[in-house]
Amino acid sequence: MASNYEYEEASATYDDAHRQDLGYDPNFVPDSVKSFVVHLYRHIREKNVYEIHQMYEFSFQTLSDRLFKEAPWPSVDAVAHYVDNDQVFCLLYREMWFRHLYARLSPTLKQRIDSWDNYCSLFQVVLHRAVNMQLPNQWLWDMVDEFVYQFQSFCQYRAKMKNKTEQEIALLRQYDQAWNVYGVLNYLQAFVEKSNIIQILEQEKEGLEQFTANDGYDYSGGSNVLKVLGYFSMVGLLRVHCLLGDYQTGLKCLLPIDISQQGVYTSVIGSHITTIYHYGFANLMLRRYVEAIREFNKMLLYIYKTKQYHQKSPQYEQILKKNEQMYALLAICLSLCPQVKLVEDTVNSQLREKYGEKMARMQRYDDEAFGLYDELFSYACPKFITPSAPSFEEPLVNYNQDAYRLQLKLFLYEVKQQQLLSGVRTFLKVYSTISLGKLANYMEVDEPTLRTILLTYKHKTHAVDSDGKIISNADVDFYIDDDMIHVVECKPVKRYSDYFLRQIVKLEGVINDMDRIKLD
Amino acid sequence: MGRERETPKEQQQVSYTVEQLVAVNPYNPDILPDLENYVNEQVSLQTYSLDANLCLLRLYQFEPERMSTQIVARILVKALMAMPAPDFSLCLFLIPERVQMEEQFKTLIVLSHYLETGRFRQFWDEAAKSRHIVEAVPGFEQAIQAYAIHVLSLTYQKIPRPVLAEAINIEGLSLDKFLEHQAANGGWILEKGHGRGQLIVLPQNEFNHPELKKSAADSVPLEHITRIFPILG
Repeated sequence: MASNYEYEEASATYDDAHRQDLGYDPNFVPDSVKSFVVHLYRHIREKNVYEIHQMYEFSFQTLSDRLFKEAPWPSVDAVAHYVDNDQVFCLLYREMWFRHLYARLSPTLKQRIDSWDNYCSLFQVVLHRAVNMQLPNQWLWDMVDEFVYQFQSFCQYRAKMKNKTEQEIALLRQYDQAWNVYGVLNYLQAFVEKSNIIQILEQEKEGLEQFTANDGYDYSGGSNVLKVLGYFSMVGLLRVHCLLGDYQTGLKCLLPIDISQQGVYTSVIGSHITTIYHYGFANLMLRRYVEAIREFNKMLLYIYKTKQYHQKSPQYEQILKKNEQMYALLAICLSLCPQVKLVEDTVNSQLREKYGEKMARMQRYDDEAFGLYDELFSYACPKFITPSAPSFEEPLVNYNQDAYRLQLKLFLYEVKQQQLLSGVRTFLKVYSTISLGKLANYMEVDEPTLRTILLTYKHKTHAVDSDGKIISNADVDFYIDDDMIHVVECKPVKRYSDYFLRQIVKLEGVINDMDRIKLD
Repeated sequence: MGRERETPKEQQQVSYTVEQLVAVNPYNPDILPDLENYVNEQVSLQTYSLDANLCLLRLYQFEPERMSTQIVARILVKALMAMPAPDFSLCLFLIPERVQMEEQFKTLIVLSHYLETGRFRQFWDEAAKSRHIVEAVPGFEQAIQAYAIHVLSLTYQKIPRPVLAEAINIEGLSLDKFLEHQAANGGWILEKGHGRGQLIVLPQNEFNHPELKKSAADSVPLEHITRIFPILG
């Protein structure tokens, strides 16, 4: 596809490269950058979403790779006069500037604080002024995603108090509002509320709104920015709550988005993956293993089929990383709740390849098994944070691992409580009826202990879902009649209805497309 | 808000407002006192709100110096009473490790462990030793008994009397009365077991009577079907 934008792709001159070696000059603006901002500014003014997307996703990357591999872009002050000193454009440019910095270099404390200020200014504008732009979903998602990422990064940074310099401590004390957890959450919440996105999604179900059908874009001359930021903020809130360890509230924040359907969240691969990863993780911690398995399975299958299309994308590495993490989480879920029939063949074979051996060892529930649960959980879990302000009193300590350690500890505690279930399962699979006395004998425990083990099995395999109903996770189940155990083989619940609905809609789409073709 | 004496009607209004606060403005340090009052209200009125309590635990996480361990303990007891829901774990995820090391929390965690692993005898023994913690919350005993009956109902079609007695911590004449009440109102049937005394037949459900299991799992919500109405014509 021929690119339509006309600026010259000036190759990096010797001068450019030379300047990088000498150190960063924030006021030097290479011609290619000047061209970039001028054209981007124009496209934004003209609401040319396709062009904006091309420049944002590809040109920015290309220039970064060529000219700014290890240096920041020119400062906003240096480029401002090329774009009429437009306030909003400058805020957007700065947002990209900081994002590039975080990705390629290590931000200083002052830069972290400045980035926070920039987000505040940018968000204030969007929330309180009527912006008249249409920006690509990719960009709007990246803003929310980066905002949460920088918050997480700041909390991690701040929690390492041990080797902080006097200067850094002074700055932290002075700018205690920067990346304050209340601020972060309230901005995300403000986007959700001010955009009215929840009501929009509700009304869409009744056919009164056209949000998802338009991928969030506004075709009646308005702006998509606030609405789509509001939408993505729901995913942002899910992510922040997971980082805090509040899985219940996180899932609640995501509720208005129906993840059994396509939606704006699937329009950007990064948003799709982030949503399902955190949704699955939250369900895992809530012991809703079947739900987690289902969603991980769908996501992993989707990535398997589509990752080739994202090979050139700047997000490719992240996609691969999350893919691996979800396989690890799936391995954990299936070890705790062996419902392998819920997993597609393709995903299953990948899973066997990566974790087949480990899963076999995990189901032995011995010390080695707990070590493996620890290993997989630690690899795949979110980077939990401690949101509170640090103590500035001596001795200064590093507490950046505290949050993670707590979540890991509680997770392993749960695994331990399920230790004896795997043994029960093995026996139940072999018998159709067996007396309590006999089974107690085989398991080398006394009868009262066996009764408690069987109760534990029932309790742990019957989770409480989001509506308060009891749902069974068990692949093999039983009931007790006085002192006789009767085993019940459970048929796996494979959902065909979703599949058929999707195919019906898809076929209709294909037929419509064919109808539109005019044959001469 | 700081109202001291409240009539039951005013108390109803306060809780309505607190629920609204949690729904609309949860990330706000100013509502902390309201949420604390609400916990106390839940205890005395025998009501329960997980969302409000999680909101408070989050605020304690954001500002640890404002944490009241007494309130946290009450939240945990209420969460225990909500079993089989995993509320207790959900609360623990938000409480710092060093706080969980305190004596009263270690006890509560042990109590939760016994309940999670069906060890009802050990649970009631331990609860008896920690009266001060559990008697502070009215309705505790009944809530745990309800949980015990829930798990037993998942597991047993017919349960021997001693097993039931141990699980719900009722014996002798009190147990007789309890069983009579359940037989009259709860659909329980009392049978004579072979030699070993009474057998209690628990009400049938899809978990202890697998033939009752509907294939409801593949049911489709109506709103999904409405998507294809235009196609079906």
